[in-house]
Amino acid sequence: MRTNTATAEPRSGGRWWRLLAATLALALVAAACGDDDDSSAAGGGGDCDGVDEVSLQLQWFAQAQFAGYYAAVDEGFYEAYCLDVTILEGGVDIVPQQQLASGAADYAISWVPRALVSRAEGVDVVNVAQIFQRSGTLQVSFADAGISSPADFAGRKIGSWGFGNEFELLAGGRTAGLEPEADYEVVQQNFDMQALIAGEIDAAQAMIYNEYAQVLETINPETGELFQPEDLTVIDWNDVGTAMLQDAIWADGTKLGDEAYDDQTTRFIAASIEGWAWCRDNADGCVDVVLANGPTLGQSHQEWQLNEINALIWPSPGGAGVMDQGLWDQTIDIATSEGVLAEAPDADAFTTSYAEAAIELVGDLDVVGDGWSRVEVELRENGD
Amino acid sequence: MRRLSRLLAIAAVGLALAAVWEGYKLIGQSIGPEGGPSWLPVATDDLTMPHTWDILAAFVEPVQRGRSETLAVFLLRSAWFTLREAALGFAIGAIVGLGLALIMLRSRFLDRGLVPWINISQTVPLIALAPIVVTWGRTTFLSDTQAVSLIAAYLTFFPVAVNGLAGLKSPDPASVELMRSYAASWWQTVIKLRLPAARAYLFPAFKLAATLSVVGAIVGEISAGVRGGLGRVILDFAGRYTTGPEKLYAAVVAAGLLGLFVFWLANLAERRAMRGRAVELS
Repeated sequence: MRTNTATAEPRSGGRWWRLLAATLALALVAAACGDDDDSSAAGGGGDCDGVDEVSLQLQWFAQAQFAGYYAAVDEGFYEAYCLDVTILEGGVDIVPQQQLASGAADYAISWVPRALVSRAEGVDVVNVAQIFQRSGTLQVSFADAGISSPADFAGRKIGSWGFGNEFELLAGGRTAGLEPEADYEVVQQNFDMQALIAGEIDAAQAMIYNEYAQVLETINPETGELFQPEDLTVIDWNDVGTAMLQDAIWADGTKLGDEAYDDQTTRFIAASIEGWAWCRDNADGCVDVVLANGPTLGQSHQEWQLNEINALIWPSPGGAGVMDQGLWDQTIDIATSEGVLAEAPDADAFTTSYAEAAIELVGDLDVVGDGWSRVEVELRENGD
Repeated sequence: MRRLSRLLAIAAVGLALAAVWEGYKLIGQSIGPEGGPSWLPVATDDLTMPHTWDILAAFVEPVQRGRSETLAVFLLRSAWFTLREAALGFAIGAIVGLGLALIMLRSRFLDRGLVPWINISQTVPLIALAPIVVTWGRTTFLSDTQAVSLIAAYLTFFPVAVNGLAGLKSPDPASVELMRSYAASWWQTVIKLRLPAARAYLFPAFKLAATLSVVGAIVGEISAGVRGGLGRVILDFAGRYTTGPEKLYAAVVAAGLLGLFVFWLANLAERRAMRGRAVELS
């Protein structure tokens, strides 16, 4: 026999309970209705049998460093190659080559030494297009500090971001016979230029397309004007000969050799090269694409960045995306002598065949860019 | 009147904090070089400690040159994005937390067995967990924002489970005996006696969980690089600190206000749910 609920119950608990349920439901609805904008481009071009959905994992957020890929999306270059590309931005804990290997992304942008460290640990990633033909890393100091070559490091405080960013610098110091800690002090530096400007370090690590520009966007308290390039001295590791290769497109080595993935890889590289060539020839339009994808980015800073990124890509003597064997060897030499890698990677770590096939595919597009030269960019305060 | 005096008190403390900030800056700069004497824990130059009015001014400046949207509006949109992630995370966390509390109430064995695991779960650093969750999400059907919500849920279930169990156990044995004498089933006892009694424990947990859900969403965004929310904005401005420290401070203020907002919401819900409670106790 079923007994009815207690009549002596103090007070119906129903109302607050319903309130709680309603709150939770509201929260779920609010969250669900928010999950809207997964806008995949509608259909492909007319000539496509089908559209391949492809994701590209970046190392960091939208900025001109990745302009060519964003341009290839926004200008329809990927679509023309029957690709529907989703760009996955980087985060603090996102390691692009790991995302690639785990299947969370189809391609990844990564610096060569970092990806090779992962490869040495058994992550099968392959460099299929070496987009940046030069290193963008500088060591920047104020002109009055007199640090114009690695030999001048002696006895100074030299900033570095660490985490694998220090090897060009350490190898550079060794070209002058200087050992870190014994002959100069390596100071952990934040990813900004505050320590240099505040005088806490004598020279700071800087990407030519980012942190170097940030100094030039800062008011010099002595003049009341922005810092000028002549206020600074720059050591460029490309000139010292200890540059290591940076942004490259990496593919999943376990899938390469599969006909469909190979074909998709070639098309992806081809459209990416078209994107970069477009950014070379339409810098203003390309900056607009970047700004539209990064609503907090400073306009003049991105103009500067694109200009310098173009300088890292163009000219590409062997054609865009094709590895320069000499620079690869230099990168490996430094990586092994600095202990980044225990031994040189195997021959499968990079291949030029996809980039070469992609160059075939893009036809008469200028993929060398000999005629390109830097434009004049005027930086504004705060990079606005 | 009471509300007015409360707002006045909050404003007064806010002004006092701003005065301390500016005072510290002023003293530092008057007795040392630009950054203040080196023995000060925080340098007092404008880069390290922008003026409070510069931070306020940053809110009304355009977020990007040539765009009409101000930083305040942009932050508001970003906060709405983060709030939605946090809301989903809170909902999942609350449901899972309550569920665990009920399971532990039901089974003495699971009560003993689960508690250490639940405790361990909170000692795992969030930044270690976030990339795993995001990678899971991407290799399955979850979007990155849903993965972020899961990270938020991971933080929020804990206080709900722990406080919920304590609340469910809180009725005195006499009341439980009374229910038993009515031949009430386990569920009837839970719904009529234990859950109402658990209110006093659950709502403080909800308040904590609500703010934690915002923290979890922001950390998850930073970790996974999800675009659109406050976490991303904070990371973005942090990377460009040298050329606009006041923007980073503005974004941090926005994150604080969002936390305050959800706390206020939870508080409001608590007041509604607890109405009449005093009568009941008498």
